Amino acid sequence: MTTMTTTAVPPVTVGEPRTARARRRAGRRITPGRVIGWTILVIALVGTIFPFYWMVKSALTPAADIVGDAGRLWPSNPTVINFARVLGLLSPEETRAAGGSGASINFALYVWNSIVYCSLIGFFQTLFCAMGGYAFARLRFWGREGLFGVLIAALMVPGIFTLLPNFVLVRDLGLLNTVWGMVAPSLLMTPFALFFLRQFFLNIPKDVEEAAMIDGAGKIRIFWRVVLPMAQGPLITIALITVVWAWKDYLWPLLIGRDESVRTVTVALGVYLQQSPNTQPDWTGLMAASTLSVIPVALLLIFLGRRIVESLNFTGIK
Amino acid sequence: MTQLGLQRTAPSRLAAPRMPRPRGDGRVALLFIAPVLLGFAVFYLYPTIRGLWWSFTDYSLLAEPEFVGLENYVAVLTDSEFWNSMWVTLCYVVLNVGSQTVLALVLATLMHRLTRSVVLRTTLLLPWLVPNVTVGLVWLWLLDTNLGFVNRTLDAMGLDKVGFFTNPAFAIPTISGINTWAFVGYTALLFYAGMLQIPQDTYEAAAIDGAGELRTFFRITLPLLKPILALVLVVSLIGSFQIFDTVAVTTKGGPVNASRVIYYYIYQQAFTYFHMGYAATMAILLVLILGVLTFIQLRLLRASESQLA
Repeated sequence: MTTMTTTAVPPVTVGEPRTARARRRAGRRITPGRVIGWTILVIALVGTIFPFYWMVKSALTPAADIVGDAGRLWPSNPTVINFARVLGLLSPEETRAAGGSGASINFALYVWNSIVYCSLIGFFQTLFCAMGGYAFARLRFWGREGLFGVLIAALMVPGIFTLLPNFVLVRDLGLLNTVWGMVAPSLLMTPFALFFLRQFFLNIPKDVEEAAMIDGAGKIRIFWRVVLPMAQGPLITIALITVVWAWKDYLWPLLIGRDESVRTVTVALGVYLQQSPNTQPDWTGLMAASTLSVIPVALLLIFLGRRIVESLNFTGIK
Repeated sequence: MTQLGLQRTAPSRLAAPRMPRPRGDGRVALLFIAPVLLGFAVFYLYPTIRGLWWSFTDYSLLAEPEFVGLENYVAVLTDSEFWNSMWVTLCYVVLNVGSQTVLALVLATLMHRLTRSVVLRTTLLLPWLVPNVTVGLVWLWLLDTNLGFVNRTLDAMGLDKVGFFTNPAFAIPTISGINTWAFVGYTALLFYAGMLQIPQDTYEAAAIDGAGELRTFFRITLPLLKPILALVLVVSLIGSFQIFDTVAVTTKGGPVNASRVIYYYIYQQAFTYFHMGYAATMAILLVLILGVLTFIQLRLLRASESQLA
């Protein structure tokens, strides 16, 4: 958190004239309105954080204390044994003793599978959509606008519609329970990434490319050596958004990657809940596993928070 | 969001003078767009055509599809379960989008008027970055009837425990509340970004004229935010219609179908009963409904543009 506060200067105040800032400072008197406003913001902040706090607190509670500690804000006997057992570090006997079912649970593997899934999609989708976006923005070829319109129309189709036939396609190709089957539909393109990157390439000045062209560089060379380095910011932004979305994916990996060897964190959480008895779910283990699914995105937010927050300004609105 | 973008780029393309070029970049361009085209053809175009075809067939995943004409459409439109799912989804969408939008507006306005804190904004965004499955699980635990924190607290206060997921009347409101929690920060940040585009002098003028905060909000912020408000509403509405993960984790459509939303029903028909043709038909009807809704909203959006000229 501290790194974020020190590096992150709110973008809006940067170009603002000093006088306006000073005037706002001067206007900061304590009024009933301000008190109510801040109270609401603090409630929102606490309301946002508390469920995460409760998740971590329950993950640190020994299974035997789950009833006794249900009303306490702090575990009476904090332990990391729940993390150890969901990460598959304990023997089946030890797991059963710690409150698990003894069934094989290996979140170390599932987190790794999720990382592979997200990285493949994030990297290749960004690369291919950057190439496509550049072509649609800058290169001249027959039918460019029409083709782009058709590709973008895919944005209107809800996921479930293509999901059913895509499942059958992946099955017929024999790619069920393989990484390639899982990443295939999002590896080459999504209409959103293509649209976003084309939009960016449309807005950068042509001068640099033209200078490079006069120097005799070919289109491909210009793209790799000149355009991609200039587009670093938007490329990272779109890769980040893609990775976060892939991390959250549930339905598609659930259909394609049921097998343990390729199971992602979200699918594993669902399976874990199903395996544990309905009457008395293994809450401490489930919360430890949930915590593991939050840590990577929380880290992203801590290190890249400012970039993510600012990316909203341009993906959401512009 | 993208619809607006398309409209924005179209005129500029027409206005820009076309530079005369001796020859096009056909070959290089083909190389550049080949991956994107392949992805589109195989995973968007082909399945769309296939899905359309299936909606006219009886297809069980095991045997080949068999043409049955409009039978699926008739069956879906007369299926009370389908209408129940649509009704449940609609209730969810109204509750979720309604509460989310109002709360997000409140939060965005407060941030806009009180603070520029990046820490506050990033914290509010955290639930949006977390998988919906995790959100569902954490709330399933918080709202557990016997041991959950919320019911423990209600109990301690001498109130009755609430079966948030087990009482049919509460299932949908609970799930929509959970997703409001998950998405309100994100929505608030979108509104906040929109508010930053409103010129500061408008507010200073209002302050000089002695307008209070409430008046300023209703007379300045809200009208000038309208285009973004409409845009965010379109996106939230479409997203909200596609709720699946939270339901799949918490209630599995229960109790007695009280929370079986349309995505979940399609999923069940396709992968529990293997009625692919039937599921594809419902998916097409959903596409049509979403298309009509988007169209109406975009018309409203266009009508409300040009407030900040």
